Amino acid sequence: MSYTKTQAKAGYQAGVKDYRLTYYTPDYTPKDTDVLAAFRVTPQPGVPIEEAGAAVAAESSTGTWTTVWTDGLTELDRYKGRCYDIEPVPGEDNQWICYIAYPLDLFEEGSVTNVLTSLVGNVFGFKALRALRLEDIRFPIALVKTYQGPPHGIVVERDKINKYGRPLLGCTIKPKLGLSAKNYGRAVYECLRGGLDFTKDDENINSQPFMRWRDRFLFVQDAITKSQAETGEIKGHYLNCTAGTCEEMMERAEFAKELKTPIIMHDYLTGGFTANTTLAKWCRRNGILLHIHRAMHAVIDRQKNHGIHFRVLAKCLRLSGGDHIHTGTVVGKLEGERASTMGFVDLLREEHVERDLSRGIYFTQDWASMPGVMAVASGGIHVWHMPALLDIFGDDAVLQFGGGTLGHPWGNAPGATANRVALEACVKARNEGRDLMREAGDIIREAARWSPELAAACELWKEIKFEYEAVDKL
Amino acid sequence: MQTLPKKKFYETMSYLPPLTDAEIAKQIQYMLDKGYIPCVEFNETSEPTMVYWTMWKLPLFSVRSPQEVLSEVNACRSSYPGCFIRVIGFDNIRQCQTMSFIVYKP
Repeated sequence: MSYTKTQAKAGYQAGVKDYRLTYYTPDYTPKDTDVLAAFRVTPQPGVPIEEAGAAVAAESSTGTWTTVWTDGLTELDRYKGRCYDIEPVPGEDNQWICYIAYPLDLFEEGSVTNVLTSLVGNVFGFKALRALRLEDIRFPIALVKTYQGPPHGIVVERDKINKYGRPLLGCTIKPKLGLSAKNYGRAVYECLRGGLDFTKDDENINSQPFMRWRDRFLFVQDAITKSQAETGEIKGHYLNCTAGTCEEMMERAEFAKELKTPIIMHDYLTGGFTANTTLAKWCRRNGILLHIHRAMHAVIDRQKNHGIHFRVLAKCLRLSGGDHIHTGTVVGKLEGERASTMGFVDLLREEHVERDLSRGIYFTQDWASMPGVMAVASGGIHVWHMPALLDIFGDDAVLQFGGGTLGHPWGNAPGATANRVALEACVKARNEGRDLMREAGDIIREAARWSPELAAACELWKEIKFEYEAVDKL
Repeated sequence: MQTLPKKKFYETMSYLPPLTDAEIAKQIQYMLDKGYIPCVEFNETSEPTMVYWTMWKLPLFSVRSPQEVLSEVNACRSSYPGCFIRVIGFDNIRQCQTMSFIVYKP
């Protein structure tokens, strides 16, 4: 008996029938226009994996728990999701990867929100599953072309800010909360004059009683203008436009544009994909770069057997639009294993990425010339990490040293200089053909000999190491 | 403790001590190894908002060695001793500029 055909014309029979009869179709060959998804499925004991995989396909597309007569008014084969392949997860006795194909017609053009509402909606609460994780989505070119994507992308950003052949340097201003707008602007000025390219609003700085957004924007813009005049280099600060309503978000963005600031910021998961896409389109129309923060991601992506892997959230951001996105550092204090991180960093930056399970990439993805997104490595890093960061991330990344700048014993400006000197020493060494990993210590120590700012930083942080085991390994 | 002096900088490599000719040659070799097209640019000033500097001749499409680029840098320097000079690199595959570093300050 073939399971691939549904037979609406056979007449309506009320009742509950196994999902696998309709939605498990192992002989189906996915079309180039299908949206493909890879789910890690952990069924409840006693539920066969074919039934579980079919249930995921059904519940994330056309199916409901019982037969309904209106099924007879549509052609299910045109709209149903199909579980077309199931592979056991090596080393796990109750997990499988279920591959599901969705016809293109199921999705609204240009809406990340719609894709996620379908694929990670009700199905995640489904009783027959103990746990469910969306590992990857293949967006067909036909759908990719309906999204604007990043407002500018890596190439245009470099041209706008005149920085070539090296990663960019950033810093989140601390303390996270409680500075007055003028004091905050001073911290920004000191960082930028010391040699950073960007400073950043902390994600939870929006518009609180101690510092309203408009005051912050004004003082920070003063800091940018002054540091730019003083150093002769282009500077920016990610002005956080995330707000309680879209109208307020847009008001902040419009004011940032009035100030002629080069870059603004949004928190895309807490703010939501609809707001993010609106802001990204506005940014392209108005020539302002967009930095994206990812608060809440670990709630969604940290558990290995349930939730959504960050590579999916990263792909969704590239479609929704952003010029930078945080990716973790690999070397610092935060979660993230190197192969998997570099897998989604490629998905953010490259034009074509091949399936490679050793890096967690379940599908070949072609971006059809959509601009790339800069990877942002931030959190718990300092000058001694610089060689490894350059080796891992290459040039198209923003390296953000928060404590690693502000924690310098002589203050922000010398802290910034220490980072810039270390970075340029590493870039020069790499270009000269030296091995960044093997000669890491030598490269930094040589530069510290002529840079007192770097020497002081090296002295302070020499003993710090971060060696926690990653929770989510491939 | 020290106060950071106020100084002008010139983007990539400008926080390092001035590059010697041998060091510049190594950077150009990296460029050539990557398949980038080197180009020499000069300008009287170096404001951050000054997007275009004047090209010294055309991009050096056919150079094979760093020495050829260095001799163009030196020729540019003799003709315009009062100008800033930087070497930039183009990637015709990605269709963009990929490198830029300062090699001479007046």
